[in-house]
Amino acid sequence: MELITPEFGLIFWTGISFLILLFILKKFAWKPILNSVNTREQSIKDALAAAEAAKREMENLTADNERILKEARAERETLLKEAREIKTKMIADAEEDAKVKADKLIANAQAAIETEKKAAISELKAQVANLSLDIAEKVVKAELSNKDKQLKLVEDMLGDAKLN
Amino acid sequence: MKTSKFSISRNLLLGAFFLLSTFAVNASKSNEKKDFVEEEAFDTKELIFHHITDSHSFHIAGDMALPLPIILWTENGLVTFMSSEFHHDIDGKTIVEKNGMKFVNVHEKIYQLDAGASSVTFDAEHHPTNAKKPLNFSITKNVFSMFLSMAFILLIFLLSARSYKRSNNNMPSGIGKFMEPIILFIRDEVAIPNIGEKHYGRYMPFLLTLFFFIWINNVIGLIPFFPFSSNLSGNIAFTVTLALFTFIITLFSSKKYYWKHMLWMPGLPVPMKLFLAPIEFMGMFIKPIALTIRLFANITAGHIIVLSLISLTFIFKNYFVGVGSVVFVVFISVIEVLVVAIQAYIFTMLSALYFGQALEEEH
Repeated sequence: MELITPEFGLIFWTGISFLILLFILKKFAWKPILNSVNTREQSIKDALAAAEAAKREMENLTADNERILKEARAERETLLKEAREIKTKMIADAEEDAKVKADKLIANAQAAIETEKKAAISELKAQVANLSLDIAEKVVKAELSNKDKQLKLVEDMLGDAKLN
Repeated sequence: MKTSKFSISRNLLLGAFFLLSTFAVNASKSNEKKDFVEEEAFDTKELIFHHITDSHSFHIAGDMALPLPIILWTENGLVTFMSSEFHHDIDGKTIVEKNGMKFVNVHEKIYQLDAGASSVTFDAEHHPTNAKKPLNFSITKNVFSMFLSMAFILLIFLLSARSYKRSNNNMPSGIGKFMEPIILFIRDEVAIPNIGEKHYGRYMPFLLTLFFFIWINNVIGLIPFFPFSSNLSGNIAFTVTLALFTFIITLFSSKKYYWKHMLWMPGLPVPMKLFLAPIEFMGMFIKPIALTIRLFANITAGHIIVLSLISLTFIFKNYFVGVGSVVFVVFISVIEVLVVAIQAYIFTMLSALYFGQALEEEH
Protein backbone atom coordinates (compact mmCIF):
# COMPACT_ATOMS: atom_id res chain seq x y z
CA MET A 1 0.00 0.00 0.00
CA GLU A 2 2.84 2.32 0.84
CA LEU A 3 4.20 1.74 -2.64
CA ILE A 4 1.13 3.07 -4.38
CA THR A 5 0.43 6.01 -2.08
CA PRO A 6 1.97 9.10 -3.64
CA GLU A 7 3.88 11.29 -1.19
CA PHE A 8 2.85 14.91 -1.35
CA GLY A 9 6.43 16.15 -0.97
CA LEU A 10 7.64 14.25 -4.00
CA ILE A 11 4.68 15.43 -6.09
CA PHE A 12 5.54 18.97 -5.10
CA TRP A 13 9.21 18.66 -5.97
CA THR A 14 8.53 16.77 -9.19
CA GLY A 15 6.10 19.45 -10.31
CA ILE A 16 8.51 22.26 -9.48
CA SER A 17 11.48 20.50 -11.04
CA PHE A 18 9.61 19.61 -14.19
CA LEU A 19 8.32 23.15 -14.65
CA ILE A 20 11.76 24.65 -14.09
CA LEU A 21 13.28 22.18 -16.49
CA LEU A 22 10.56 22.82 -19.05
CA PHE A 23 11.00 26.56 -18.79
CA ILE A 24 14.80 26.61 -18.99
CA LEU A 25 15.04 23.97 -21.70
CA LYS A 26 12.29 25.56 -23.76
CA LYS A 27 14.02 28.90 -23.74
CA PHE A 28 17.66 27.89 -23.94
CA ALA A 29 17.69 24.45 -25.53
CA TRP A 30 14.62 23.36 -27.47
CA LYS A 31 14.01 26.66 -29.22
CA PRO A 32 17.57 27.20 -30.46
CA ILE A 33 18.00 23.52 -31.34
CA LEU A 34 14.70 23.16 -33.18
CA ASN A 35 15.18 26.51 -34.90
CA SER A 36 18.63 25.48 -36.06
CA VAL A 37 17.34 22.14 -37.27
CA ASN A 38 14.46 23.80 -39.09
CA THR A 39 16.70 26.42 -40.66
CA ARG A 40 19.08 23.72 -41.78
CA GLU A 41 16.34 21.54 -43.18
CA GLN A 42 14.85 24.55 -44.95
CA SER A 43 18.20 25.46 -46.46
CA ILE A 44 18.69 21.87 -47.63
CA LYS A 45 15.21 21.90 -49.12
CA ASP A 46 15.90 25.23 -50.81
CA ALA A 47 19.23 24.02 -52.14
CA LEU A 48 17.57 20.92 -53.56
CA ALA A 49 14.85 23.01 -55.12
CA ALA A 50 17.44 25.36 -56.60
CA ALA A 51 19.38 22.42 -58.02
CA GLU A 52 16.18 21.05 -59.50
CA ALA A 53 15.37 24.45 -61.00
CA ALA A 54 18.88 24.72 -62.44
CA LYS A 55 18.53 21.28 -63.95
CA ARG A 56 15.23 22.22 -65.50
CA GLU A 57 16.76 25.45 -66.80
CA MET A 58 19.55 23.44 -68.37
CA GLU A 59 17.04 21.13 -69.98
CA ASN A 60 15.14 24.12 -71.28
CA LEU A 61 18.33 25.63 -72.64
CA THR A 62 19.23 22.42 -74.43
CA ALA A 63 15.74 22.18 -75.81
CA ASP A 64 15.94 25.81 -76.91
CA ASN A 65 19.27 25.23 -78.60
CA GLU A 66 17.92 22.27 -80.44
CA ARG A 67 14.85 24.21 -81.47
CA ILE A 68 16.92 27.13 -82.69
CA LEU A 69 19.17 24.78 -84.62
CA LYS A 70 16.17 23.12 -86.18
CA GLU A 71 14.70 26.45 -87.12
CA ALA A 72 17.97 27.59 -88.62
CA ARG A 73 18.18 24.42 -90.63
CA ALA A 74 14.61 24.86 -91.85
CA GLU A 75 15.34 28.47 -92.72
CA ARG A 76 18.43 27.50 -94.68
CA GLU A 77 16.37 24.93 -96.47
CA THR A 78 13.69 27.46 -97.42
CA LEU A 79 16.32 30.01 -98.40
CA LEU A 80 18.00 27.51 -100.67
CA LYS A 81 14.69 26.49 -102.11
CA GLU A 82 13.73 30.07 -102.76
CA ALA A 83 17.08 30.77 -104.36
CA ARG A 84 16.67 27.78 -106.57
CA GLU A 85 13.21 28.92 -107.55
CA ILE A 86 14.42 32.42 -108.23
CA LYS A 87 17.25 31.04 -110.34
CA THR A 88 14.88 28.91 -112.38
CA LYS A 89 12.46 31.76 -112.73
CA MET A 90 15.21 34.15 -113.77
CA ILE A 91 16.48 31.77 -116.36
CA ALA A 92 12.96 31.20 -117.64
CA ASP A 93 12.29 34.92 -117.66
CA ALA A 94 15.51 35.63 -119.50
CA GLU A 95 14.76 32.98 -122.06
CA GLU A 96 11.30 34.37 -122.57
CA ASP A 97 12.66 37.85 -122.86
CA ALA A 98 15.33 36.82 -125.29
CA LYS A 99 12.82 34.96 -127.35
CA VAL A 100 10.48 37.93 -127.42
CA LYS A 101 13.34 40.24 -128.36
CA ALA A 102 14.61 37.87 -131.02
CA ASP A 103 11.13 37.48 -132.43
CA LYS A 104 10.73 41.20 -132.48
CA LEU A 105 14.12 41.63 -134.16
CA ILE A 106 13.27 39.00 -136.68
CA ALA A 107 9.89 40.59 -137.33
CA ASN A 108 11.54 44.01 -137.69
CA ALA A 109 14.14 42.56 -139.98
CA GLN A 110 11.51 40.83 -142.03
CA ALA A 111 9.48 44.02 -142.20
CA ALA A 112 12.60 45.95 -143.24
CA ILE A 113 13.49 43.36 -145.79
CA GLU A 114 9.94 43.45 -147.15
CA THR A 115 10.06 47.24 -147.39
CA GLU A 116 13.50 47.15 -148.97
CA LYS A 117 12.34 44.49 -151.35
CA LYS A 118 9.29 46.52 -152.29
CA ALA A 119 11.41 49.62 -152.72
CA ALA A 120 13.91 47.67 -154.76
CA ILE A 121 11.20 46.15 -156.85
CA SER A 122 9.53 49.47 -157.48
CA GLU A 123 12.91 51.05 -158.27
CA LEU A 124 13.65 48.14 -160.56
CA LYS A 125 10.32 48.62 -162.23
CA ALA A 126 11.03 52.28 -162.75
CA GLN A 127 14.49 51.43 -163.99
CA VAL A 128 13.09 48.80 -166.33
CA ALA A 129 10.50 51.22 -167.56
CA ASN A 130 13.17 53.85 -168.18
CA LEU A 131 15.38 51.33 -169.89
CA SER A 132 12.50 50.05 -171.91
CA LEU A 133 11.68 53.57 -172.94
CA ASP A 134 15.32 54.21 -173.75
CA ILE A 135 15.54 51.04 -175.72
CA ALA A 136 12.26 51.71 -177.38
CA GLU A 137 13.42 55.19 -178.19
CA LYS A 138 16.62 53.86 -179.63
CA VAL A 139 14.84 51.11 -181.53
CA VAL A 140 12.29 53.53 -182.82
CA LYS A 141 15.06 55.95 -183.74
CA ALA A 142 16.88 53.15 -185.59
CA GLU A 143 13.74 51.91 -187.30
CA LEU A 144 12.72 55.31 -188.37
CA SER A 145 16.10 56.25 -189.77
CA ASN A 146 15.15 55.26 -193.36
CA LYS A 147 11.98 55.33 -195.34
CA ASP A 148 11.68 51.74 -196.06
CA LYS A 149 11.90 50.73 -192.60
CA GLN A 150 9.29 53.24 -191.55
CA LEU A 151 6.94 51.90 -194.12
CA LYS A 152 7.58 48.36 -193.10
CA LEU A 153 6.85 49.17 -189.55
CA VAL A 154 3.64 50.77 -190.40
CA GLU A 155 2.77 47.79 -192.45
CA ASP A 156 3.71 45.41 -189.60
CA MET A 157 1.71 47.34 -187.17
CA LEU A 158 -1.17 47.38 -189.40
CA GLY A 159 -0.74 43.65 -189.91
CA ASP A 160 -0.73 43.12 -186.20
CA ALA A 161 -3.74 45.23 -185.82
CA LYS A 162 -5.53 43.12 -188.37
CA LEU A 163 -4.60 40.06 -186.61
CA ASN A 164 -6.01 41.43 -183.45
CA MET B 1 17.71 -17.35 -37.21
CA LYS B 2 19.25 -14.88 -34.85
CA THR B 3 16.29 -14.92 -32.50
CA SER B 4 16.13 -18.69 -32.43
CA LYS B 5 19.81 -18.84 -31.51
CA PHE B 6 19.16 -16.27 -28.82
CA SER B 7 16.23 -18.17 -27.36
CA ILE B 8 18.18 -21.43 -27.35
CA SER B 9 21.01 -19.89 -25.39
CA ARG B 10 18.50 -18.27 -23.08
CA ASN B 11 16.78 -21.57 -22.42
CA LEU B 12 20.10 -23.24 -21.78
CA LEU B 13 21.00 -20.54 -19.29
CA LEU B 14 17.63 -20.82 -17.63
CA GLY B 15 17.96 -24.57 -17.32
CA ALA B 16 21.46 -24.37 -15.92
CA PHE B 17 20.36 -21.79 -13.44
CA PHE B 18 17.47 -23.84 -12.14
CA LEU B 19 19.64 -26.92 -11.87
CA LEU B 20 22.12 -24.91 -9.87
CA SER B 21 19.50 -23.44 -7.61
CA THR B 22 17.87 -26.78 -6.81
CA PHE B 23 21.29 -28.13 -6.03
CA ALA B 24 21.93 -25.17 -3.83
CA VAL B 25 18.62 -25.55 -2.00
CA ASN B 26 19.43 -29.17 -1.27
CA ALA B 27 22.88 -28.24 -0.10
CA SER B 28 21.63 -25.58 2.26
CA LYS B 29 18.99 -27.94 3.62
CA SER B 30 21.60 -30.56 4.41
CA ASN B 31 23.75 -27.91 6.06
CA GLU B 32 20.85 -26.86 8.20
CA LYS B 33 20.34 -30.40 9.36
CA LYS B 34 23.97 -30.81 10.25
CA ASP B 35 24.58 -27.61 12.12
CA PHE B 36 21.24 -26.84 13.76
CA VAL B 37 22.39 -23.25 13.88
CA GLU B 38 19.55 -20.76 13.52
CA GLU B 39 20.86 -17.84 11.52
CA GLU B 40 19.03 -14.59 11.24
CA ALA B 41 16.78 -14.98 8.22
CA PHE B 42 17.69 -12.77 5.28
CA ASP B 43 14.74 -10.46 4.77
CA THR B 44 14.46 -10.06 1.00
CA LYS B 45 11.23 -8.14 1.16
CA GLU B 46 12.64 -5.57 3.52
CA LEU B 47 15.77 -5.11 1.40
CA ILE B 48 13.79 -4.66 -1.76
CA PHE B 49 11.26 -2.33 -0.19
CA HIS B 50 13.98 -0.31 1.43
CA HIS B 51 15.47 0.16 -2.01
CA ILE B 52 12.41 0.93 -4.08
CA THR B 53 10.77 3.28 -1.58
CA ASP B 54 11.99 6.75 -0.77
CA SER B 55 14.28 7.54 2.15
CA HIS B 56 15.50 10.60 4.00
CA SER B 57 19.19 9.79 3.69
CA PHE B 58 21.13 8.47 0.77
CA HIS B 59 22.91 5.24 1.62
CA ILE B 60 26.34 5.06 -0.01
CA ALA B 61 28.08 1.91 1.29
CA GLY B 62 28.37 0.10 4.61
CA ASP B 63 27.56 2.60 7.38
CA MET B 64 28.17 5.60 5.17
CA ALA B 65 25.18 7.62 4.13
CA LEU B 66 24.68 11.08 2.73
CA PRO B 67 22.53 13.12 5.12
CA LEU B 68 19.78 15.03 3.35
CA PRO B 69 17.80 18.03 4.58
CA ILE B 70 14.41 17.41 6.15
CA ILE B 71 11.94 20.22 5.52
CA LEU B 72 8.63 20.08 7.40
CA TRP B 73 5.67 22.40 7.37
CA THR B 74 4.11 22.22 10.81
CA GLU B 75 1.43 24.36 12.43
CA ASN B 76 4.29 26.39 13.96
CA GLY B 77 5.87 27.09 10.59
CA LEU B 78 8.79 25.68 8.69
CA VAL B 79 11.18 23.28 10.45
CA THR B 80 14.42 22.14 8.84
CA PHE B 81 17.19 19.85 10.02
CA MET B 82 19.54 17.25 8.56
CA SER B 83 18.48 13.63 8.42
CA SER B 84 21.73 12.67 10.16
CA GLU B 85 20.12 13.82 13.41
CA PHE B 86 18.10 10.61 13.36
CA HIS B 87 21.36 8.59 13.33
CA HIS B 88 20.06 6.11 10.70
CA ASP B 89 17.12 5.30 12.93
CA ILE B 90 13.94 4.44 11.06
CA ASP B 91 12.10 2.72 13.88
CA GLY B 92 10.93 5.88 15.62
CA LYS B 93 13.29 5.52 18.58
CA THR B 94 15.47 8.61 18.10
CA ILE B 95 13.54 11.79 18.85
CA VAL B 96 14.70 15.04 17.29
CA GLU B 97 13.50 18.17 19.06
CA LYS B 98 13.12 21.39 17.07
CA ASN B 99 11.21 24.53 18.11
CA GLY B 100 9.70 22.57 20.97
CA MET B 101 8.33 19.91 18.64
CA LYS B 102 9.41 16.30 18.68
CA PHE B 103 9.95 14.39 15.45
CA VAL B 104 10.56 10.71 14.83
CA ASN B 105 11.29 8.74 11.68
CA VAL B 106 9.15 5.62 11.38
CA HIS B 107 10.04 3.72 8.21
CA GLU B 108 11.06 6.89 6.42
CA LYS B 109 7.91 8.73 7.44
CA ILE B 110 8.36 11.72 9.71
CA TYR B 111 5.83 12.05 12.52
CA GLN B 112 5.38 14.90 14.94
CA LEU B 113 4.80 13.47 18.39
CA ASP B 114 2.07 14.89 20.56
CA ALA B 115 3.14 16.42 23.84
CA GLY B 116 4.16 13.77 26.34
CA ALA B 117 4.46 10.96 23.84
CA SER B 118 7.81 9.25 23.39
CA SER B 119 7.00 6.84 20.59
CA VAL B 120 4.32 6.60 17.91
CA THR B 121 1.53 4.10 18.40
CA PHE B 122 -0.72 3.03 15.57
CA ASP B 123 -4.30 1.89 15.49
CA ALA B 124 -5.54 -1.09 13.48
CA GLU B 125 -5.72 0.92 10.24
CA HIS B 126 -2.13 2.11 10.73
CA HIS B 127 -3.16 5.63 11.64
CA PRO B 128 -1.00 7.20 14.35
CA THR B 129 -2.92 7.72 17.59
CA ASN B 130 -0.52 10.05 19.39
CA ALA B 131 1.25 11.85 16.55
CA LYS B 132 0.58 14.01 13.50
CA LYS B 133 2.11 13.84 10.05
CA PRO B 134 3.38 17.29 9.10
CA LEU B 135 3.58 18.23 5.41
CA ASN B 136 6.89 16.83 4.31
CA PHE B 137 8.87 18.81 1.73
CA SER B 138 12.14 17.07 2.54
CA ILE B 139 14.87 16.67 -0.02
CA THR B 140 14.65 12.90 0.04
CA LYS B 141 16.79 10.45 -1.90
CA ASN B 142 14.38 10.68 -4.83
CA VAL B 143 14.29 14.47 -4.79
CA PHE B 144 18.08 14.53 -4.60
CA SER B 145 18.20 12.14 -7.53
CA MET B 146 15.77 14.33 -9.43
CA PHE B 147 17.94 17.39 -8.90
CA LEU B 148 20.89 15.36 -10.12
CA SER B 149 18.99 14.37 -13.24
CA MET B 150 18.03 18.01 -13.79
CA ALA B 151 21.68 18.96 -13.64
CA PHE B 152 22.52 16.25 -16.18
CA ILE B 153 19.71 17.23 -18.50
CA LEU B 154 20.55 20.91 -18.34
CA LEU B 155 24.22 20.17 -18.92
CA ILE B 156 23.53 17.92 -21.89
CA PHE B 157 21.04 20.17 -23.64
CA LEU B 158 22.54 23.54 -22.90
CA LEU B 159 25.82 22.20 -24.29
CA SER B 160 23.93 20.83 -27.29
CA ALA B 161 22.21 24.15 -27.88
CA ARG B 162 25.55 25.93 -27.61
CA SER B 163 27.10 23.63 -30.19
CA TYR B 164 24.37 24.69 -32.64
CA LYS B 165 24.93 28.34 -31.91
CA ARG B 166 28.68 28.05 -32.37
CA SER B 167 28.54 26.40 -35.76
CA ASN B 168 27.95 28.72 -38.68
CA ASN B 169 25.88 26.28 -40.70
CA ASN B 170 23.49 25.04 -37.97
CA MET B 171 25.35 21.74 -37.66
CA PRO B 172 25.70 20.35 -34.13
CA SER B 173 28.99 19.12 -32.78
CA GLY B 174 30.00 17.05 -29.76
CA ILE B 175 27.10 15.95 -27.59
CA GLY B 176 24.59 17.78 -29.77
CA LYS B 177 25.38 15.30 -32.52
CA PHE B 178 24.20 12.45 -30.30
CA MET B 179 21.09 14.24 -29.12
CA GLU B 180 19.85 15.48 -32.48
CA PRO B 181 18.69 12.08 -33.78
CA ILE B 182 16.69 11.55 -30.57
CA ILE B 183 15.16 15.02 -30.76
CA LEU B 184 14.31 14.45 -34.41
CA PHE B 185 12.87 11.06 -33.52
CA ILE B 186 10.54 12.68 -31.01
CA ARG B 187 9.58 15.26 -33.60
CA ASP B 188 9.16 13.00 -36.62
CA GLU B 189 7.91 9.79 -35.05
CA VAL B 190 6.07 11.00 -31.96
CA ALA B 191 4.88 14.59 -32.33
CA ILE B 192 4.09 14.99 -36.04
CA PRO B 193 2.24 11.69 -36.64
CA ASN B 194 0.14 12.04 -33.49
CA ILE B 195 -0.49 15.77 -33.25
CA GLY B 196 -0.18 16.80 -36.88
CA GLU B 197 1.97 19.23 -38.83
CA LYS B 198 -0.15 22.21 -37.86
CA HIS B 199 0.03 22.17 -34.07
CA TYR B 200 2.97 19.95 -33.14
CA GLY B 201 5.37 22.85 -32.62
CA ARG B 202 3.54 24.05 -29.52
CA TYR B 203 3.91 20.67 -27.80
CA MET B 204 7.51 19.95 -28.75
CA PRO B 205 9.11 21.56 -25.64
CA PHE B 206 6.81 19.59 -23.33
CA LEU B 207 7.27 16.29 -25.15
CA LEU B 208 11.04 16.64 -25.35
CA THR B 209 11.35 17.64 -21.70
CA LEU B 210 9.03 14.81 -20.68
CA PHE B 211 10.90 12.20 -22.70
CA PHE B 212 14.35 13.15 -21.48
CA PHE B 213 13.22 13.73 -17.90
CA ILE B 214 11.75 10.23 -17.72
CA TRP B 215 14.52 8.57 -19.67
CA ILE B 216 17.43 10.13 -17.78
CA ASN B 217 15.76 9.33 -14.46
CA ASN B 218 15.11 5.78 -15.60
CA VAL B 219 18.75 5.38 -16.55
CA ILE B 220 19.89 6.90 -13.26
CA GLY B 221 17.75 4.25 -11.52
CA LEU B 222 19.58 1.51 -13.40
CA ILE B 223 23.07 2.54 -12.27
CA PRO B 224 23.56 0.59 -9.05
CA PHE B 225 25.78 2.90 -6.99
CA PHE B 226 25.85 6.31 -5.33
CA PRO B 227 24.78 8.95 -6.37
CA PHE B 228 22.48 7.03 -8.68
CA SER B 229 20.39 3.90 -7.98
CA SER B 230 17.30 5.72 -6.72
CA ASN B 231 13.89 4.50 -7.83
CA LEU B 232 12.48 7.92 -8.73
CA SER B 233 10.71 7.05 -11.97
CA GLY B 234 9.36 3.93 -10.25
CA ASN B 235 7.74 6.12 -7.62
CA ILE B 236 4.06 6.72 -8.10
CA ALA B 237 4.29 10.34 -6.94
CA PHE B 238 6.69 11.07 -9.79
CA THR B 239 4.65 9.32 -12.47
CA VAL B 240 1.35 10.75 -11.26
CA THR B 241 2.74 14.28 -11.45
CA LEU B 242 3.89 13.84 -15.03
CA ALA B 243 0.61 12.19 -15.99
CA LEU B 244 -1.20 15.15 -14.42
CA PHE B 245 0.76 17.52 -16.63
CA THR B 246 -0.32 15.52 -19.65
CA PHE B 247 -3.91 15.50 -18.42
CA ILE B 248 -4.01 19.24 -17.80
CA ILE B 249 -2.44 20.06 -21.15
CA THR B 250 -4.91 17.71 -22.86
CA LEU B 251 -7.82 19.51 -21.22
CA PHE B 252 -6.47 22.94 -22.09
CA SER B 253 -5.87 22.06 -25.72
CA SER B 254 -9.19 20.27 -26.18
CA LYS B 255 -11.52 21.55 -28.86
CA LYS B 256 -15.27 21.25 -29.20
CA TYR B 257 -15.07 18.07 -31.22
CA TYR B 258 -13.16 16.30 -28.43
CA TRP B 259 -16.05 16.80 -26.00
CA LYS B 260 -18.65 16.08 -28.62
CA HIS B 261 -16.89 12.87 -29.53
CA MET B 262 -16.69 11.90 -25.88
CA LEU B 263 -20.15 12.82 -24.64
CA TRP B 264 -22.30 12.51 -27.76
CA MET B 265 -20.53 10.18 -30.16
CA PRO B 266 -21.51 11.18 -33.69
CA GLY B 267 -22.87 8.61 -36.12
CA LEU B 268 -24.34 6.22 -33.55
CA PRO B 269 -27.92 5.48 -32.47
CA VAL B 270 -29.05 7.36 -29.38
CA PRO B 271 -29.06 4.39 -26.94
CA MET B 272 -25.50 3.62 -27.98
CA LYS B 273 -24.58 7.26 -27.43
CA LEU B 274 -26.04 7.13 -23.92
CA PHE B 275 -24.21 3.91 -23.25
CA LEU B 276 -20.84 5.15 -24.52
CA ALA B 277 -20.85 8.61 -22.94
CA PRO B 278 -20.04 7.50 -19.36
CA ILE B 279 -17.44 5.02 -20.61
CA GLU B 280 -15.73 7.67 -22.71
CA PHE B 281 -15.94 10.14 -19.83
CA MET B 282 -14.26 7.69 -17.50
CA GLY B 283 -11.71 7.03 -20.21
CA MET B 284 -10.65 10.65 -19.99
CA PHE B 285 -9.42 9.98 -16.43
CA ILE B 286 -8.31 6.43 -17.00
CA LYS B 287 -5.83 7.52 -19.66
CA PRO B 288 -3.59 9.51 -17.29
CA ILE B 289 -4.07 6.87 -14.59
CA ALA B 290 -2.86 4.23 -17.03
CA LEU B 291 0.13 6.43 -17.85
CA THR B 292 0.89 6.71 -14.13
CA ILE B 293 0.66 3.01 -13.43
CA ARG B 294 2.44 1.86 -16.58
CA LEU B 295 5.62 3.78 -15.88
CA PHE B 296 5.52 3.17 -12.14
CA ALA B 297 4.93 -0.57 -12.48
CA ASN B 298 7.47 -1.15 -15.23
CA ILE B 299 10.32 0.64 -13.54
CA THR B 300 9.54 -0.71 -10.08
CA ALA B 301 9.22 -4.22 -11.49
CA GLY B 302 12.63 -3.88 -13.13
CA HIS B 303 14.20 -2.86 -9.81
CA ILE B 304 12.43 -5.67 -7.98
CA ILE B 305 13.61 -8.30 -10.47
CA VAL B 306 17.24 -7.19 -10.27
CA LEU B 307 17.14 -7.02 -6.47
CA SER B 308 15.41 -10.40 -6.19
CA LEU B 309 18.05 -12.02 -8.36
CA ILE B 310 20.81 -10.49 -6.29
CA SER B 311 19.03 -11.58 -3.10
CA LEU B 312 19.14 -15.19 -4.31
CA THR B 313 22.85 -15.23 -3.56
CA PHE B 314 22.24 -14.15 0.01
CA ILE B 315 19.32 -16.50 0.49
CA PHE B 316 21.20 -19.57 -0.70
CA LYS B 317 24.72 -18.48 0.34
CA ASN B 318 26.17 -20.46 -2.53
CA TYR B 319 28.83 -19.57 -5.09
CA PHE B 320 27.05 -21.28 -7.98
CA VAL B 321 23.85 -19.41 -7.32
CA GLY B 322 25.96 -16.27 -7.00
CA VAL B 323 27.44 -16.77 -10.45
CA GLY B 324 24.04 -17.66 -11.89
CA SER B 325 22.33 -14.68 -10.35
CA VAL B 326 25.05 -12.31 -11.56
CA VAL B 327 24.65 -13.66 -15.08
CA PHE B 328 20.93 -13.13 -14.81
CA VAL B 329 21.28 -9.68 -13.31
CA VAL B 330 23.47 -8.67 -16.25
CA PHE B 331 20.94 -10.17 -18.64
CA ILE B 332 17.99 -8.42 -17.01
CA SER B 333 19.93 -5.17 -16.76
CA VAL B 334 20.59 -5.24 -20.49
CA ILE B 335 16.89 -5.75 -21.09
CA GLU B 336 16.14 -2.98 -18.61
CA VAL B 337 18.27 -0.56 -20.61
CA LEU B 338 15.89 -1.21 -23.46
CA VAL B 339 12.80 -1.16 -21.25
CA VAL B 340 13.54 2.21 -19.67
CA ALA B 341 13.99 3.82 -23.09
CA ILE B 342 10.79 2.20 -24.35
CA GLN B 343 8.84 3.31 -21.28
CA ALA B 344 9.99 6.90 -21.71
CA TYR B 345 9.03 6.66 -25.38
CA ILE B 346 5.61 5.17 -24.62
CA PHE B 347 4.81 7.82 -22.03
CA THR B 348 5.77 10.55 -24.50
CA MET B 349 4.01 8.89 -27.41
CA LEU B 350 0.76 8.41 -25.52
CA SER B 351 0.90 12.00 -24.27
CA ALA B 352 1.29 13.15 -27.87
CA LEU B 353 -1.58 10.87 -28.88
CA TYR B 354 -3.87 12.38 -26.25
CA PHE B 355 -2.96 15.90 -27.36
CA GLY B 356 -3.68 14.88 -30.92
CA GLN B 357 -7.09 13.52 -29.92
CA ALA B 358 -7.89 16.70 -28.00
CA LEU B 359 -6.96 18.81 -31.02
CA GLU B 360 -8.95 16.76 -33.50
CA GLU B 361 -11.31 18.79 -35.66
CA GLU B 362 -14.61 17.70 -37.07
CA HIS B 363 -14.05 16.00 -40.39
